[in-house]
Amino acid sequence: MKETASQTAGPYVHIGCVPSVAGLEMYRGQDLGAKMLSPDVTGERITLHGVIHDGSGAPVTDAMIEIWQADAEGRFDNPAFLGWGRQATDAQTGAFRFDTILPGPVTQDDGTRHAPHILMWIVARGINLGLMTRVYFDDGPDPVLDQVPAARRQTLIAQRDGPKLRFDVHLQGAQETVFFDV
Amino acid sequence: MTIRPRDHTHQPPALTPAYRSSQLRAPSHKPLRYAPSRTEATGPTFGHDLIGPTDHDLIINYARPGETAMGERIIVHGVLRDEDARPVPNALIEVWQANAGGRYRHKKDGYLAPLDPNFGGCGRMLTDGEGRFSFRTIRPGPYPWPNGGNDWRPAHIHFSIFGAAFAQRLITQMYFEGDPHIALCPIVQTIPDPGAIDRLTARLDMAHSVPMDIRAYRFDLVLRGRDQTLFENRMEGA
Repeated sequence: MKETASQTAGPYVHIGCVPSVAGLEMYRGQDLGAKMLSPDVTGERITLHGVIHDGSGAPVTDAMIEIWQADAEGRFDNPAFLGWGRQATDAQTGAFRFDTILPGPVTQDDGTRHAPHILMWIVARGINLGLMTRVYFDDGPDPVLDQVPAARRQTLIAQRDGPKLRFDVHLQGAQETVFFDV
Repeated sequence: MTIRPRDHTHQPPALTPAYRSSQLRAPSHKPLRYAPSRTEATGPTFGHDLIGPTDHDLIINYARPGETAMGERIIVHGVLRDEDARPVPNALIEVWQANAGGRYRHKKDGYLAPLDPNFGGCGRMLTDGEGRFSFRTIRPGPYPWPNGGNDWRPAHIHFSIFGAAFAQRLITQMYFEGDPHIALCPIVQTIPDPGAIDRLTARLDMAHSVPMDIRAYRFDLVLRGRDQTLFENRMEGA
């Protein structure tokens, strides 16, 4: 069988995925994925934030972003931490923000280690197939990062200011973020 | 568990100029490929306690007590499988759509057609043990959109689908059999393969219609396969 074809999420993605942003009261007022932290989660608290820009530099004010990450020990099966979050970009500024924990390095089946990273998936009007990227916190070594051309590697590394980590996304242009087909 | 590489011949490219919004939102570099790791082969799981009793029934899930949404009452049902035809159980599917007149309940939609006070336009469900899903709604209307010229979207329902792995994550749109707007729509036509467009088109399913109550449409979904071992330690498109 062939994978179902993707289509854009469109400008009204919020209705289905973040109803409160559409001005729609559904699901007892709870947007799925809005809150990643609970008191039971162990690990270093961080805020991952940034702005999405289009090819003209304008903010992308109607995107939806999801992240998927390991816990502080590099595990994906922690019952206290789902590891998944979802946010809309701000309707005026294109800014986004996730309150989460710093993930640990992830050890693969074959023993190789991936440096701490957060998978990020972006959909919006004008994006036909969701864009996947990785947020890193330093420049490796890492089997994925190491294969990115050196001149573009910095686009995947968040800028740290205490607990705040800034990660701007450029969909197109001179500062274009590296996206992956994985 | 590994993930089969995506077959892009059935997927829309990033830059599709006739869909004008893609012009400044399409990356100019080809995406880099790497062998999926544990991060991409895992994904969030959602429990049945998440889903309310009417979350999958758009006819009543926003309606005032005793009332229902206006329009053609339909059931949409199908099976979620992967490329190896294996059902994907317990997968979260979210749907959203305009009302019967083509108006969205979204603060940014200013179309002249009125809101339906009994229709919100979103629903969600988990697939069962055999990958089946079903929801009730009203058939959405077509609506005009600012793409230049006289563009109208076909009647459609948006779908957001989670598989077992985050690399299977997919958002798409479902169209209705026989809609003449399908061939004219720059968003539909971002997909290069006519067969892939045909698979986004739900079929009238009289066998599952309920006489004097509601018609049915059949719509099946396929996510990427997960079993093929892939050892690829080299970047493509670099």
